[in-house]
Amino acid sequence: MDFQPTEDQRDLRAGVRGLLEGRYGREALRAAVDAAAGAGTAVDRGLWRELGEAGFFALRLPESEGGVGLGLPEAVLVFEEAGRALVPGPLVATHLAAGVVPGAAAGTAVVTAFDLAGDLVAYLGEADAVLGAAVLPVGEPVRAADPLTPLHRVARQGGAEESASASVSAYVSEGALLTAALQVGSALRTVELAVRYAGEREQFGQPIGAFQAVKHSCAQMLVRAEVARTAVYAAAVTGDPGEAAGAKLLADEAAVRNARDCLQVHGGMGFTWEADVHLHLKRAWVRAEQWRTAAEAEELLAAELLDSAG
Amino acid sequence: MDLTYTEEEQDFRARLREWLLKALPELPARPSPDDWPGRRAYDLGWQRRLYEAGYAGLHWPVDAGGRGATPTQHLIFLEETERAGAPYVGANFVGLLHAGPTIAAEGTAGQRARWLPPVLRGDEVWCQGFSEPDAGSDLASLRTRAVRDGDDYVITGSKIWTSHAEVADWCELLVRTDPGAPKHRGISWLAMPMDAPGVTVRPLRTLAGSTEFAEVFLDEVRVPVANRVGAENDGWRVTMVTLSFERGTAFVGEVVACRRTLGELARTARANGRWDDPALRRRLGRLYGEFGALWRLTQWNVSESERSGGVPGIGGSVFKLAYSHARQELYDVAAEVLGASSLSLDEEWVQGRLSSLSYTIAAGTSQIQRNIVAERILGLPKGR
Repeated sequence: MDFQPTEDQRDLRAGVRGLLEGRYGREALRAAVDAAAGAGTAVDRGLWRELGEAGFFALRLPESEGGVGLGLPEAVLVFEEAGRALVPGPLVATHLAAGVVPGAAAGTAVVTAFDLAGDLVAYLGEADAVLGAAVLPVGEPVRAADPLTPLHRVARQGGAEESASASVSAYVSEGALLTAALQVGSALRTVELAVRYAGEREQFGQPIGAFQAVKHSCAQMLVRAEVARTAVYAAAVTGDPGEAAGAKLLADEAAVRNARDCLQVHGGMGFTWEADVHLHLKRAWVRAEQWRTAAEAEELLAAELLDSAG
Repeated sequence: MDLTYTEEEQDFRARLREWLLKALPELPARPSPDDWPGRRAYDLGWQRRLYEAGYAGLHWPVDAGGRGATPTQHLIFLEETERAGAPYVGANFVGLLHAGPTIAAEGTAGQRARWLPPVLRGDEVWCQGFSEPDAGSDLASLRTRAVRDGDDYVITGSKIWTSHAEVADWCELLVRTDPGAPKHRGISWLAMPMDAPGVTVRPLRTLAGSTEFAEVFLDEVRVPVANRVGAENDGWRVTMVTLSFERGTAFVGEVVACRRTLGELARTARANGRWDDPALRRRLGRLYGEFGALWRLTQWNVSESERSGGVPGIGGSVFKLAYSHARQELYDVAAEVLGASSLSLDEEWVQGRLSSLSYTIAAGTSQIQRNIVAERILGLPKGR
């Protein structure tokens, strides 16, 4: 048994981190926030194609079908990096659509999914297709809480909701796991942001990170992120749906609570639009609702527990 | 990232299972929790069986009499013995997991030959004399004095939270040998015979009602200088070797046990109708996910220490913080499953609930663990 990432896996992760640092750093992120406010769209088509060329979407497609031929363990490593960089767009749905929807694998198509319960759909206004749906539904734009996740409300009529949930059911477990990987990346990033700020900001004549009230909050953030990260990696290795549900549950909590704690460490700055913390928190809220909610994950785990207990 | 076991590891597991199947039914009845001589005999008897079967000191280096097993084999050993319901390490804990590894790493050839074989064979019990009434989390401020007198140290002071003190043969003792030096630099590590004149043991009753540990009073106790492991005043560094062992694989068996308890809780909740309460059911489901992740984190840490040549990393602090909290939550949920019956000490889980209260305190409080994580992993500045 060797649960640590292989050399190749480390290289892959480092490569994606390098790509995103160069192509989607803080300035690009803030420019996207400003642009989205006017245009109502958030996906950078150029970046989408570059991700496609780098193999982000075709990662698990067999080489015989033009893919990279890697597996879920590699996928969660690269999704972790996308989560850290807060790359907007339906990354999970487009990745799952590779080989199913034309253009998804190459990143020339933006594919979203009915991965939210109810009648809201993310990125519908700029999507070329919806995973598992024959036609692109019509929707009314909604003012979205996350500036980089535009939302549309689609009309509910005659069993539309059932067919929407049927369209994603085959993808739920993998969708939840890849979303969990995005959450882990964000959770680890907010630990870094909090630690950096706590080391720089001085009050009472010392960095606030020297105070245990602040320091312990940062330590607890790391604990949450590391436990969730291990759960995500393990679920990717085993492919077990129960482990994937547990990973989503823990990763959602790590991303949301870490962003909250990071915001608190930033004090008044944390409440500003200018600080990036709110972007992590709002995206974490979106992802927590996608594919599998905490309530659904806990019920699934409870059923497994009872099964295993006999 | 690979969670499958090699053929060699699977063989090791299969042989161990086979042996456990044979060995466990031959064990005598377990002594009552308050029968300390009985517990000593039982725990040493189990260690003797492990020794005869070649499983003693599995993770110790070969030149210290151990088996030189990999961290993964040690993980398998702890997992399988717990699954099979084998005895806990018990009275052998300090010898096998603290004092022994310290002597193996820092002792002279003579010291290793004197002290290690009796630990492996199940002949001698060790206890730990580290904490003092005024030196808990701030261990390095300990004040028990050792004054050189010819070939002996003369020791006066007191120690606390010493498990198995009543039945121990030896105590790994931290003493202050240079009161003038900065606090970390005036400490030495000694092996003290517990039958030396001047040693008084007073059992301490825990909130669970049992006497799991004791206070040890030392009144001009003479310990040969030859019993010092490592250089004089280098005891703090010598001790850190031991403490990192404690935070390595110490909780493997317990995570396995918690997962079993969780299954029993689910069955009980199903039987008494509490399972129909979605809030309780969801808490149980959540714990199932958490303990699953803690098992994976254990495997992660073991793989990490395997790559670093067997040295446990400070990732143990991350694990302990998450685990001790989850274990307390487990028994709080158990109490909810039991309802008012959780007020009866006849319920096995109630004893578990009481002892779980020590988990955020023993072996470094959660507050100290958070300091370690924040300062040594995250690099935040030390407070003044």
